[in-house]
Amino acid sequence: MPSLPDMTTPDVVALAEHAAAAQTHDPHVQDVDLKPAFFDWLCRMGDNTLILGHRISEWCGHGPALEEDIALANTALDLIGHTQMWLGLAAEVQGEGRTADDLAFLRGAMKFRNLQLAELPNGDMAVTLMREFLFDAWHFHMLTALTRSASPRVAEIAAKALKEVSYHLERSSDLVVRLGDGTEESHARMQDALDRLWPYSGEMFVADAVDDAVANAGIAPVLADLQPAWQQTVEEVLAEATLTRPEGRADVHRGGKQGRHTEHLGYILAQMQFLQRAYPGASW
Amino acid sequence: MSTPSDAQIWDWLAEVPDPEIPVVSVTDLGIVRDIRWDGDTLVVAVTPTYSGCPATAVIDLAIESHLRDRGIGDLRLERRLSPPWTTDWVTQEGRDKLRAYGIAPPVDGTASDGGTAARAARLAGRSNLVIACPRCGSGNTERVSQFGSTPCKASYRCKDCLEPFDYFKCH
Repeated sequence: MPSLPDMTTPDVVALAEHAAAAQTHDPHVQDVDLKPAFFDWLCRMGDNTLILGHRISEWCGHGPALEEDIALANTALDLIGHTQMWLGLAAEVQGEGRTADDLAFLRGAMKFRNLQLAELPNGDMAVTLMREFLFDAWHFHMLTALTRSASPRVAEIAAKALKEVSYHLERSSDLVVRLGDGTEESHARMQDALDRLWPYSGEMFVADAVDDAVANAGIAPVLADLQPAWQQTVEEVLAEATLTRPEGRADVHRGGKQGRHTEHLGYILAQMQFLQRAYPGASW
Repeated sequence: MSTPSDAQIWDWLAEVPDPEIPVVSVTDLGIVRDIRWDGDTLVVAVTPTYSGCPATAVIDLAIESHLRDRGIGDLRLERRLSPPWTTDWVTQEGRDKLRAYGIAPPVDGTASDGGTAARAARLAGRSNLVIACPRCGSGNTERVSQFGSTPCKASYRCKDCLEPFDYFKCH
């Protein structure tokens, strides 16, 4: 029997090269002109799932019922799994030999590109579920559009993630209805959560030069085009949940996509990045 | 040693158990998509079940060490995302093994598609699909939670024999 190779210290560069060689050919990955915008956009996708996944994972061991605890932990796992795909591709596009882990653990807060909605504290179960629902509805329509991306690498990640996100949306819709159309207390909490989160929801649809560049390249949809479908999903579920959509503007709080964050992001990163910062290169 | 045949390699792969549900093998689950030779290197293409499934890395390691034990020294595992894994690829034998183990196998047509009509039907509790209890076979069951002990399962309960059970959900 041949001896086993040393599995504890894999040659990551060689592994990454092998992995890249095995991937579907995608001219966008090597497109120098597109690189800055494509990289930034991939970080937006990956940072949304990373930060929301981390937030949701905070419930692990604290859920109000065992089933909810498990459901939240599973959702967090899915999102972290999506992060590995998005940030893995971002690192490849960047072409500086970095990995998904490097991007997750070694960037400062101002380099993060997630929506402010994703980084807000969990609050109570109502805030957690309402945030998940507003995000899931966007995530679902975004990934659906991305399965038709001109970039085959983006399309295959979207197709994989969409199966899981469909499940997330089904679950969060169901709970928004059950709690919104529930007791007086649960209804009041869900309405309060919606009122609080609504002014953060508009950032999902405000496009900037990065969004325009990837949309022009056919990689991602025009964000404004996603809004009607999102609105329809949200309004249907809110109506069934007997909740009232707030009147005010939805895009009051924004800037996360450009690296301007609430004070909450730094605390997440302090916890998430501590080990790699204190013990650089530490691995399992 | 001489180069083993593809059929031999598939037989070896069929011996690699899933780390979470050891009664089924990686080939029962349909996650080994392809084997091929790249010169003297055997390339095994594996697709993840769920993006965040912690078993993915363990499965890769189990495949690698099992094939090395069978004498394949030059080996490379490839992650293949597309087309994404679906429970349609779980073999009939795999479904029978799951049921015998106490896990209800996936029922085709129960996957979330997130479509408006499907969601509305589910919200209204209308669905004619039956998840049968793996213990007593009763169709009188109810979902306790959309998620279970692993990403691929949901929690159910039989209203006849009263046993809780895992359902390998459709994906």
